[in-house]
Amino acid sequence: MIDKIAQSMADALGPVADGSTVLIGGFGTAGIPNELIDGLIAQGAKDLTVVNNNAGNGDTGLAALLKAGRVRKIICSFPRQTDSHVFDGLYRSGKLELELVPQGNLAERLRAAGAGVGAFFTPTGFGTELALGKETREINGRHYVLEYPIYGDLALIKAERGDRWGNLTYRKAARNFGLVMATAAKRTVATVHELVSLGELDPEHIVTPGIHVSRVLQIDRVATQGGGFKKAG
Amino acid sequence: MNTYQRRSKDELAKRVAQDIHDGAYVNLGIGMPTLVANHVPAGREVILHSENGILGMGASPVAGEEDYDLINAGKQPVTLLPGGAFFHHADSFAMMRGGHLDICVLGAFQVSATGDLANWSTGEAGAIPAVGGAMDLAVGAKQTWVMMDLLTKAGESKLVQTCTYPLTAIGCVKRVYTDLATLACTPQGLKLVDKVDGLDLAQLQQLVGLPISE
Repeated sequence: MIDKIAQSMADALGPVADGSTVLIGGFGTAGIPNELIDGLIAQGAKDLTVVNNNAGNGDTGLAALLKAGRVRKIICSFPRQTDSHVFDGLYRSGKLELELVPQGNLAERLRAAGAGVGAFFTPTGFGTELALGKETREINGRHYVLEYPIYGDLALIKAERGDRWGNLTYRKAARNFGLVMATAAKRTVATVHELVSLGELDPEHIVTPGIHVSRVLQIDRVATQGGGFKKAG
Repeated sequence: MNTYQRRSKDELAKRVAQDIHDGAYVNLGIGMPTLVANHVPAGREVILHSENGILGMGASPVAGEEDYDLINAGKQPVTLLPGGAFFHHADSFAMMRGGHLDICVLGAFQVSATGDLANWSTGEAGAIPAVGGAMDLAVGAKQTWVMMDLLTKAGESKLVQTCTYPLTAIGCVKRVYTDLATLACTPQGLKLVDKVDGLDLAQLQQLVGLPISE
């Protein structure tokens, strides 16, 4: 019988090797798997490469993982934020490597990894310093840059509802990077707020089919800004 | 010397909104461009796109109704109009890159006469770089428009022969809406669309420091 429902954080994350590439979903306050990041901090893996749109906010979540010294390199589109002081400090002191990627290229490189595409030509970034040293080609009069997939060893994503086959639905704009990251990693762990029986998720509405998901962990709905859910009542 | 008045931020936003056609799919960049949403003329239906996976984005929620799973590219809470849709990041950027958006309106540090755009980095030593979706938006929409003050605080023209700041994209800007004039960027250089009352072309050319054709 297939049962991807994890009974604990340790069970959900499983072993994470030092040096792993970890894809972490979320954009702003929406879809950040903070509980799984805390689990990764407790688990202890180090020398990680982390892929996320940003590079941590405040002192919690991804910022806490950075602060704990577990990350060697970050691949992201927008590290600079008003509250990215943890990243800023590590980057300025040379303790953290940054690969800055235009946001659409970040998403497409993840999709390519999950879709078995070896590389792709994109117009984004052509003629800019982010394309320096990269192969370019003119196709039908337009200029393109060759970009390669980003593969993950582990993806940590936040969904809304899930079942024991690992099928997932999301809430509003919290799906953001979750879908492509789930396809791009060898192992994907998703948190959900609701576990449901097989068949309860309308097959027309399943957003990530369970084939892309290894483990589903139920978490409480957090009534905070960071939890992406307005306060009840 | 003639006297003239700069367009206020809202007047500028209103000027941009005048040119957005009924039924347009539009992405408004972070900052000043978001004001354009407040000035869409009555009777025109415009669908706003947000890079984090929203079409049909509505206004800010009333206090107490914020939902932090429903935010815009600037990470501020927004609402969804009836008929709105959610989609994931790769689809959202494919929507841009695939040329499906009619218009995107962006801010800029500099725009060249032929439409090169610099709006993501001042190239300052030691600055933390951040690009976000700027490069994808600039090359993706059917028309990329820039909305900015014509001059820097130091009085230098932000319309230039060649951008000195790091480029976002080459030749992507079709139109520049500023507090003093609206100009088209063409392979032959700048072309006047309109200017504020009291400002003559010679004065404008002097401010910009580049030839402007009528």
